[in-house]
Amino acid sequence: MRSRINLSVLYFVLPFMVVYFIFQIFPLFQAVVASLYKWDLLTSSMSFIGIDNYLKMFKDPTFWSSLMNTIKFVVYSTPLLIGTGLLFALLLNGTGSKKVLFRTAFFAPYIFSVAIVTLIWGFMFNAQKGLLGEFARIIGIQPINWLTDPSFAMPAIIIATLWWTVGFNMVLFLAGLQDIDSALYESSSLEGASWFQDFRYITLPGLARTLELVTILQVIMSFQIFGQVYILTKGGPGGTTRVLIQYIYETGFRDHQLGYASAMAFALFLVMGVVSFFQFKLSKEES
Amino acid sequence: MKVKNISITVLLIVLAVVWILPIYWMFVMSITPNELLKLNSTALWPQGFSIQNFLGVLQIGLTLRWFLNSIIVTLLGTALTLVLQSMAAYAFAKMRFKGRSLLFSLTLAGLMVPKEAMFIPLFLMFAQVGGHNTYAALYLPRVAIPMGVFIMAQFFKGVPDSVTEAAQIDGATPLRTFFCIILPMSIPALTSVGIFTYILTWNDFLWPLVAATRKEMFTITTGLASLQGNFAQATELGSLMARGVIAGLPLFILFLIFQRHLIRGISMSSGEKY
Repeated sequence: MRSRINLSVLYFVLPFMVVYFIFQIFPLFQAVVASLYKWDLLTSSMSFIGIDNYLKMFKDPTFWSSLMNTIKFVVYSTPLLIGTGLLFALLLNGTGSKKVLFRTAFFAPYIFSVAIVTLIWGFMFNAQKGLLGEFARIIGIQPINWLTDPSFAMPAIIIATLWWTVGFNMVLFLAGLQDIDSALYESSSLEGASWFQDFRYITLPGLARTLELVTILQVIMSFQIFGQVYILTKGGPGGTTRVLIQYIYETGFRDHQLGYASAMAFALFLVMGVVSFFQFKLSKEES
Repeated sequence: MKVKNISITVLLIVLAVVWILPIYWMFVMSITPNELLKLNSTALWPQGFSIQNFLGVLQIGLTLRWFLNSIIVTLLGTALTLVLQSMAAYAFAKMRFKGRSLLFSLTLAGLMVPKEAMFIPLFLMFAQVGGHNTYAALYLPRVAIPMGVFIMAQFFKGVPDSVTEAAQIDGATPLRTFFCIILPMSIPALTSVGIFTYILTWNDFLWPLVAATRKEMFTITTGLASLQGNFAQATELGSLMARGVIAGLPLFILFLIFQRHLIRGISMSSGEKY
């Protein structure tokens, strides 16, 4: 009996574990190994160079500017994505077919792939062909060519991302709101509490765990931004929107330097590991 | 109070229009002849009607092939994810064995790995075995992302032990118990995981961009991206938008049908509750 159970554990666990180790764990180690080599994709020539790739990275201005652009995106987009998601959730909490309809509208873009999002927004942001330009002409201001203007390209990426993914945060917040005991609101309304007091003393504390979770997920997601930038601006104008994943991609597949690309990918793992670690620590301390 | 409610409703309507308008605009352009769009592309009411853009998808280019690639990759990836991950989740949630908590923690740790940073190491691995431009290369890495194990294990933990014990007393093997009793009970959770995996696989961009370099092996997502940013887009706006509509349609239909499951699925994966 005992041995039969153990054997069946194998049937159940092994198939997934094999896939998991091959495609998730092993590549991580391989990235570290590859980062120690000068590895040319075209000639497949490999030579061990120790930590030279990492030294090169520290001196590479494009690496730093890509990292800074990524951080800029994370810092600007995260509060916007969380704030708007929370606002939508607060406005649409509860039942009723109207609310369901609005929720559907805000969530709908999330199901589209990045290629569709960029297809739509690439033209939305076009001053001549797009709706934003048309809107500007109607209200009588000069239309902007968002994607080719250095001061508007990053905001454009953030706007498209907000439109695309805020529905996901909204749904997470809605789930969090449903967990708050409705009796709390009933007793507070008996005591004549205002809407703001309800929000400050019941909703916000009740959402603390969700807020933490959404923040962590959002920062992880935002750090990995690639598709919107790569298709909409190619990192331009003048490198003002080039993000780290894009630079890693270009290094590996345009410049054929796989070893250097691996070193930067590993650096990204570390940066994200450190950021998540501090987020967890911070949220532990708060609670 | 009344004024506040009305102003909230007005705000919501404005926001909803802003959110839906870009999608609607894509649709309007997709049914407008290319020649009319050259003159004016910002009309919100179709200036003409033509299904030529959609017919063009069938006749010209590889869009149909990309669409089929996406369907194959997504279906295989989703099916494998559901079977492998729910079995592993069941073992973690309901079976006792040595090293269980270690393996489970190791699996959950995979959730923290930034998916998009994996493409270089994964590429190196597939390059060594010459596995590029195959369907397996496109869906296998997705099967390894342990989100489904996490969600399904949460679900299976909620299944009372008496259910599995009763089946065992009746002499059912663990595999039989799992497939004939546990899985049919888990259809709501499986649906959520399935739809999510389907959406994420269908929409995957960076990995297919790297893993499939031959045009014939592009997915609809990478294929559609490859059409953007070239000169054709200026003259064939309608055709481009028709391809966008076609790429989005399967998920849009799925979304309308399974909306409830989808939204509940996210709340489960947030680990808040079931």
